[in-house]
Amino acid sequence: MYSDKVMDHFTNPRNVGEIPDADGVGEVGNARCGDIMKLWIKVENNVITDIKFKTFGCGAAIATSSMITELAIGKTVEEAEQITNSQVAEALEGLPPVKMHCSNLAAEALEAAIEDYRKRTANTAS
Amino acid sequence: MNRIYMDHAATTPVRPEVLEAMLPYFNTEFGNPSSVYSWGRSARKALDSARDLVAELLGASASEIVFTAGGSEGANMAVKGVAWADQGRGKHIITSAIEHHAVLDTVLWLEKQGFEVTVLPVDEFGSVSPAQVREALRPDTILVSIMHANNEVGTIQPISEIGAIVREHGAKFHTDAVQTAGVLELDVQALNVDLLSISAHKFYGPKGVGALYVRKGVRLHPLVHGGAQEKGRRAGTENTAGIVGMAKALELAQAERVDENARLTKMRDRLIQGLQKIPHTRVNGSLEQRLPNNVNVCFEFIEGESMLLNLDLRGIAASSGSACTSGSLDPSHVLLAMGLSHEIAHGSLRLTLGRDNTEADVDVVLQEVPGIVERLRAMSPLYQG
Ligand code: FES
Repeated sequence: MYSDKVMDHFTNPRNVGEIPDADGVGEVGNARCGDIMKLWIKVENNVITDIKFKTFGCGAAIATSSMITELAIGKTVEEAEQITNSQVAEALEGLPPVKMHCSNLAAEALEAAIEDYRKRTANTAS
Repeated sequence: MNRIYMDHAATTPVRPEVLEAMLPYFNTEFGNPSSVYSWGRSARKALDSARDLVAELLGASASEIVFTAGGSEGANMAVKGVAWADQGRGKHIITSAIEHHAVLDTVLWLEKQGFEVTVLPVDEFGSVSPAQVREALRPDTILVSIMHANNEVGTIQPISEIGAIVREHGAKFHTDAVQTAGVLELDVQALNVDLLSISAHKFYGPKGVGALYVRKGVRLHPLVHGGAQEKGRRAGTENTAGIVGMAKALELAQAERVDENARLTKMRDRLIQGLQKIPHTRVNGSLEQRLPNNVNVCFEFIEGESMLLNLDLRGIAASSGSACTSGSLDPSHVLLAMGLSHEIAHGSLRLTLGRDNTEADVDVVLQEVPGIVERLRAMSPLYQG
């Protein structure tokens, strides 16, 4: 039911783990099925230089988490913010229709991490 | 890679002896059992002997057996059939929260049609209490439907006790015996049931065929109209090959069940004990009143589908009650009814053993699962080590 790309990211997820001194952390839960994803980002000169995730969820949730870390790394905060769930799904060569909601989780977690990063920088600037 | 199938509660392979018994009825003896010429007569003969055999194995008489297209049809036929036939006497139906959807959804559909429904809760082990059935019975109760053993957690229900209570009251009593046919003794007299449904593919028979026992005198409104087959209770040309296969499969399973159950129970207990050694693991269902082939555990902090995918990569077939594995994205209603949280139900794993499984398979599973759980936990934001 999953593409080879999904299975590849599921069996060898990239960037699993935590960043203890992260600049932004996002945690979101999935209202549909109750899964949770947490994402840590490190930002230098407005560019995401490191990113790690932990996910409590299905194969698609783990694969989309892994994929979004690959898509986001090296991008500016503004660019990363533009990543949509359908881009993640596309990069994974598609997801079964019933699993599309899992890719929202990844996009939302990244958004939340960036928001957290912005809040923190706003606080230190003031 | 050596593949290990441990999902026998989902379905089982057709036994070679069963397949062999079925084959002639696909071509050489292909006749319609309702035809008068020799082809028809030979199909009729096969059908009659299959009916006699199934009836004998259930402690029933041949006229009380209706052949169906499987467990879901049997459950629908029993529940809707009695509800429609007896609605003049009352419109109240009792069932339990852990029924298979074939019963539960049918009862809830009837509720929308104007019937009144009581869904009984279960205890933490998934048992329905006979006392609660007694309390729920009302003068207008016409039907009680409680499953013989649960398909997810394997809990065996006190059917004969519940049946005695329902009989005393006068309502009809159906039990979904899909998980117990060929496993437990199925004697409709001892079980005190009026209706009992079974499905062939759960006991090494073919898919798409089952039987419904209907006690003499129980009125049943048919689901399918259009012919006098099955004494007007189910129209449609009989699935001769399937029915012959089911009878053969049930005969073999009943003959071998005592020895086979002992073998399965040993493997089951070894699996449960082995998996329990993994920290933050709970066993679901009763340890005493349990099907001999059922293992159901929850590993905290991880999700079932990702576990199943990892097991599949190692050639092991299993199932889970996780929301992510169900098309509806709802977690197992059985685990929730037993009081488990959504989150814990997420990490459920069901292994159901069968004829082809060996102690060596158990070794492989016990070798693989801990590593998979550990790997997924390392990836989980909920796990603190
Ligand atoms: S995370 Fe639950 S279905 Fe994907």
